[in-house]
Amino acid sequence: MSDYLIQQIVNGLSLGSLYALVAIGFSLIYGVIRLVNFAHGDLLMIGAFMTFGLVASDMVPWAVIPLLVLAGGFLAGGLIERIAFRSISGAPMITGFIVTLSASIAIQNLALILLGSQPRNFNFPEVFRMRFPIGGADVALIDLVIPAVTLLCALALTTFIRKTRAGIAIRAVAENPFAAQLMGISIGRLVFLVFAVGGALAALAGLFWSGKYGQINPLMGFLPGLKAFLATIIGGVGSLPGAIAGGYILGFSEIAFVGFLPPEYSGYRDAFVFGLLILILLVRPQGLFGEVEQERA
Amino acid sequence: MKNLALSPLQAFLFLVVLVSGLILAVIGSGNGYFQTFTALTLINVMLAVSLTMTNGFTGMFSLGHPAFMTMGAYVAILFTYPVGRKGFAMPALPEVIAQIHLPLPLAATVGALVAAFMGWLIGRLVVHLQTHYLAVATLGLIIVVQTFALNLDGFTRGGRGITGVPREASLWLIGICTVLIIVLCWRIKHASLGRAMLAVRENEMAARCFGIDAFRLKLLAFTLGAGIAGFCGALLPHVVSVMSPKSFGLILAFNLIAIIVVGGQGSIVGAILAALFISVGSESLRMVEESTGVYGVTQVIVAVALISFLLVRPKGLFGLKEPLIRSS
Repeated sequence: MSDYLIQQIVNGLSLGSLYALVAIGFSLIYGVIRLVNFAHGDLLMIGAFMTFGLVASDMVPWAVIPLLVLAGGFLAGGLIERIAFRSISGAPMITGFIVTLSASIAIQNLALILLGSQPRNFNFPEVFRMRFPIGGADVALIDLVIPAVTLLCALALTTFIRKTRAGIAIRAVAENPFAAQLMGISIGRLVFLVFAVGGALAALAGLFWSGKYGQINPLMGFLPGLKAFLATIIGGVGSLPGAIAGGYILGFSEIAFVGFLPPEYSGYRDAFVFGLLILILLVRPQGLFGEVEQERA
Repeated sequence: MKNLALSPLQAFLFLVVLVSGLILAVIGSGNGYFQTFTALTLINVMLAVSLTMTNGFTGMFSLGHPAFMTMGAYVAILFTYPVGRKGFAMPALPEVIAQIHLPLPLAATVGALVAAFMGWLIGRLVVHLQTHYLAVATLGLIIVVQTFALNLDGFTRGGRGITGVPREASLWLIGICTVLIIVLCWRIKHASLGRAMLAVRENEMAARCFGIDAFRLKLLAFTLGAGIAGFCGALLPHVVSVMSPKSFGLILAFNLIAIIVVGGQGSIVGAILAALFISVGSESLRMVEESTGVYGVTQVIVAVALISFLLVRPKGLFGLKEPLIRSS
């Protein structure tokens, strides 16, 4: 294998992992309340700035920062649910949709006011930027850490969904919310839980994103968030393995588009990604792992 | 209230008098700022009314208006930009087009037709999508169009944007178009076409059981909305004289959605009032923003206001109703 190919595979793996981390949250939330949380991408931004602040303050050891970011994302996700979403539960789907869109706009602009619109440079400590050769290619450590941590998170989450009471309740609600309530499951608590868990993972993705690309700004969450939602659609909305697979499919095809076509096309990267989405929606609207929901009159 | 209600004809005359009175007053004042602001507000009204038709009547959730506006704007500019400077600003332009100069109404119509055609093409692919998917697909469309505008810099000057677009959009032209578009959407709503669209919105499956071709209607609403958006997009740079790939983006899409949500999904009068209210409101907030230097406050306030408004009135101000006008 050529070095170039290995390099591209590692790139795809690491970008795909980031999409997968964000996509999991979309899928969890959609599974429980059939709602796409538009503010989800902004949690990535919040996570990035949290990391930035923690690193700049220089008060916490490095090993603790990811844990704090996870906790912060958990709170922020839950807060969005409490403030924006809880109050309109029971309203038509379109209302919930507009509310999350409003929340996203409000968060972005609040961040612009509080943090300023100037992009900030941001770098991980030397250790993570260390590069070492794999089969001739020069790979950054961070690009290997990201997939490893993502895998760990995915495993932990799968166990959580399969084995714990709360996880089983989430699956029950996804299957049939009405029957689940009859069984004594409190949907309100679960909604909070999925927003918070999704928020934690998105914030972690923000930490990685800022470390990988070295620059952060208040609007950085929008496009990755949108693309992660595309990943969710590709995999089938509501399915966890689908979200993860979708993240990697999107990551790899984006890298392939940029890496293997002549450079003058790389400006069209985002256009390509959304073209792909429309194509997939046409061929397989329910996604790779999604189930067809029958429309009833 | 019942006694105050106007008949549709009276309402139409009232609208004409109101718009022309406003334009006469604003032109008479000779104040350039007021003229620009009035022009932008009227264009907002057109956009809101057309989105009320696309989304409000059929129950679709398209965020794609800014994408079609961008298309219409760039196409129109190709024909209105001073011929002498085209070779410099748009080197990739074929010689045939570079020599043509059209007056704005014609150029904007060309822009609208191109946008409508693209709307028809894209609509064939996306209108059958459910709420979230359509929203994301059309949001993606905004990004696709922006990406193209950014990269086709032989036509668009890319990220530098086109400056010096002739300010040809007169208030009278905009005013006439506003009235025409309001009347068009009103007629659609109260004709069998509109009723069929509303039936699709209320219950698509039931509507189809009555023999309504839901796909065709949604496609029609989408295409027509795209055309009107393209037309408005073509007018806008001729008011403010600049155009860049980021001119029409997510914030605009969101503001338009805010307008039709506040107005009530499907209410034309509601959309007009909400467009006026939000235009004036965000313009005054923008002045506060500039004087205090805190940029972004406007969007935060609009977003928070929208959330709180939805808590109180989930169906918007008027729902589907047309206040102040008797149903004929």
